[in-house]
Amino acid sequence: MSEQTATWFNLYDARPEAEVPAESPLAWSYHRTGRPAVSQKSRVVLRERAMLGHLILRGGAIVLDEAVRQVLGFGLPGRPNTLTHDDGGERSIQWLSPDEWLVIVPGGEEFVLEGRLREALGDAHYAIVNVSGGQTLIEIEGEMARELLMKSTPYDVHPDAFPVGKGVTTVFAKANLILRRPGEERWELVLRRSFADYCYRWILDAGAAYTIGVES
Amino acid sequence: MFLIYCPYCEEHREEEEFHPKGQAHIARPADPEACSDKEWGDYLFFRDNPRGIHHELWVHAVGCRKFFNVTRNTVSYEILESYRVGEQPRFTAEHPEGRPVETVAAENVTAKAEVVERQEGVKA
Repeated sequence: MSEQTATWFNLYDARPEAEVPAESPLAWSYHRTGRPAVSQKSRVVLRERAMLGHLILRGGAIVLDEAVRQVLGFGLPGRPNTLTHDDGGERSIQWLSPDEWLVIVPGGEEFVLEGRLREALGDAHYAIVNVSGGQTLIEIEGEMARELLMKSTPYDVHPDAFPVGKGVTTVFAKANLILRRPGEERWELVLRRSFADYCYRWILDAGAAYTIGVES
Repeated sequence: MFLIYCPYCEEHREEEEFHPKGQAHIARPADPEACSDKEWGDYLFFRDNPRGIHHELWVHAVGCRKFFNVTRNTVSYEILESYRVGEQPRFTAEHPEGRPVETVAAENVTAKAEVVERQEGVKA
């Protein structure tokens, strides 16, 4: 089968030029629904980290791990539903399924990273897809963040079942998204662009009781 | 809450995340051209409908999106086990109390070795 593996790939930078205005998936929601200000009383804070670079890696764990270590300097999470970060915490890799990982890097890096990964992987059997345009990352932080999640997802978010460094794909408000916990009181939701408005309004509604604020 | 164990995520997940996909262990005829119409029809359309232990294919649709097998009792709806595709069930109609874990594990190791042998050409 290895003879049939494509040795060429069509790689192009999907990020628009600087003069073309790019809007986050939540731009319309901010415009229509608005964003409640963060105040002293806010016990949950929502923050969008738009325009990050998202890459889906597929392939055998050993080959991918080697290439990722070489290019990014830290390895793939080997255990199901776990998350690894680089030293600065800016880049992360998450286990999605036994042969699939999600890499999130600061916006603009993903194009170069994809090229370097493809170079490192050579003619191995793998796939890399740039999904940056299809999803966005929302951070929820604060003492009541867990309460808010408990209203929205059937997944057990108790610290015993969901320690720091875990990440799962699960149901959230009847939609699905990736829920991850990089810090003690910080949660990240990776959601599809098409669900962004719905989830945003759901979170505002669920967070109203905790005077949720949206950081710009 | 109704939780189902996903053998790939290695934990119990809410039933909402899964979809049933019908009977498991249906082998495609090795040479479809050589099949009679009856054999091919049986393979395509006819499924077992047992009372008691049934092996089913399920998919963890919201999650790892992997297919896996479930042994379920169609009378009590109890899920007896879930196991990866390519593995053999512990609970069968002949062994409703479950075969010893070691026997099944040994069988699965042999089956896995065969799969690896067949995939040797794939660089993974």
